[in-house]
Amino acid sequence: MNMLGELREQLRSGSAEDYLCKLFENIERSKLNGFTTLAKENALQQARDFDRDRSPGQGQGLLAGVPIAIKECISTRGIQTCCSSRILQGYIPPYDAHVIERLKAEGAIIMGKTNMDEFAMGSSTETSCFGPTKNPWDLNTVPGGSSGGSAAVVAGGEAPCALGSDTGGSVRCPASFCGIVGLKPTYGLVSRYGLVAYANSLEQIGPLTHTVEDTALLMQIIAGHDGRDTTSAEGKSDYLPVKDGVKGLKIGIPKEYFGEGVNKDVEKAVWDAIHTLEGLGATWQEVSLPHTKHALAAYYVIAMSEASSNLARFDGLRYGLREGEDKDWHTTFSDIRSKGFGPEVKRRILLGTYALSAGYYGRYYLKALKVRTLIKNDFLKAFKDVDLVAGPTMPIPAFRIGERINDPLSLYLADVFTVPINLAGVPAISVPCGFAGHLPVGLQLIGKHFDEATVLQAAQAFEAATPFHEKKPEVV
Amino acid sequence: MITRDDVEHIGWLASIKVEDTEKDDFVKQFNSILDYFHQLDEVDTEGVEPTYRVVDLANIFREDVARPSLSQEDALKNAPRSLDGYFKSPRIV
Repeated sequence: MNMLGELREQLRSGSAEDYLCKLFENIERSKLNGFTTLAKENALQQARDFDRDRSPGQGQGLLAGVPIAIKECISTRGIQTCCSSRILQGYIPPYDAHVIERLKAEGAIIMGKTNMDEFAMGSSTETSCFGPTKNPWDLNTVPGGSSGGSAAVVAGGEAPCALGSDTGGSVRCPASFCGIVGLKPTYGLVSRYGLVAYANSLEQIGPLTHTVEDTALLMQIIAGHDGRDTTSAEGKSDYLPVKDGVKGLKIGIPKEYFGEGVNKDVEKAVWDAIHTLEGLGATWQEVSLPHTKHALAAYYVIAMSEASSNLARFDGLRYGLREGEDKDWHTTFSDIRSKGFGPEVKRRILLGTYALSAGYYGRYYLKALKVRTLIKNDFLKAFKDVDLVAGPTMPIPAFRIGERINDPLSLYLADVFTVPINLAGVPAISVPCGFAGHLPVGLQLIGKHFDEATVLQAAQAFEAATPFHEKKPEVV
Repeated sequence: MITRDDVEHIGWLASIKVEDTEKDDFVKQFNSILDYFHQLDEVDTEGVEPTYRVVDLANIFREDVARPSLSQEDALKNAPRSLDGYFKSPRIV
């Protein structure tokens, strides 16, 4: 279902300004705390310019006149980008991220920035300096994270689409918890230029939308080579139109993704989804990803190590927090970083520093990188027999705000099915596939490197055969 | 086992002052997280190469041509303290 395309057509004959005003009214009444900064004036001006210009050349862009919400960690020229951290509050990027340049070139209107876990470190959007975002399906539960703001505003009817970033599940987890679609592209497919780095060997920017075709449309815009990101892949693929049907597709079901630790309702919804795909002509077989149980430990060692290096730049010198009298070099920076970073960010920087320190490098970091190779090989081996791998995105539905925040390890454990995908660098989508009680459940479809087309194809066939993407939370 | 002194030392390495009130929590959390990490010891990685990057990387060359970049004014705009067109740092010694 091409909702963004239909919206674009409606705006062309109607009014982009009226539509945008309606969204801003929804946001003003909102209880979600999904947005951090609104670019109201600029966005409305852009909408008015779009409405005024009725020349034939106007409105040709793929997202002409369509508003979009952007995660706090993606640089937007002139709009605060602080990663929901005290240490970066007030930082206004002097340049746009590659993905923002691409969106603007297609006529999209940047509405504002969305809340996230501080520096994308979390799965609940509770560690933000702006306070927690709430799940539109139940205001007492988390929206998932770290792109929880982006997912909540789309699910809550405050933005038609959004961008997030996914280092260990940060697009797919909130998509699953909020009942929308979210894609983590193949590593290297979308330029990270202008994305504030947390764990640079793992992360990708990805779309959060109501439908699979909308995600394909955003991928059509943001994917492609960019020389400013040295890990950017060459070449350009087409994601539109999404291929029809799943006849003949072979789907692998990893036995490690079911059983102990997986909520029964989640498991049932995911199996129902697999049988739906079977009914549409796909076949499934069991596969094994034997190193799954070691993925979390490997992921957290690597992510924390990279974070300790990437976040060394936040010292109050070129941007960010700098309070009080300067003391000597080291004391000044240590005080700024102590005040500016929240507890989870400190934990990860400190543990990462420890894992990379003399005497421990081999035991933690190097060992984790070797386990990463084994996890990647698990996927490569499975993909010799099947086209896709399917399972739950999250082992549980959204949990209550405050329930896990004081027990970091229990929060990490919820990422068990999302982090292996980032370690392997393969693409994966989360699509709504049912409910556990009143809370949405996500089906995860994982593809071969650079085979987003097949991931989107299966996801779209599933969406077309099921009603879940049409269900809306009551707050809307 | 990580101790309170270890936490302070790691904080020094990372340029993060760890407050006394934070230390006990960090000690407890770090030990439980590291304990979890030790399950990596079970994995046989004999002869396995580490993966630093999942995509194959090759050196990318380009001509060394000057291109427009940030103006001095833009580069300094976010700096909390600047002086005569420079970032103002704390004293080093």
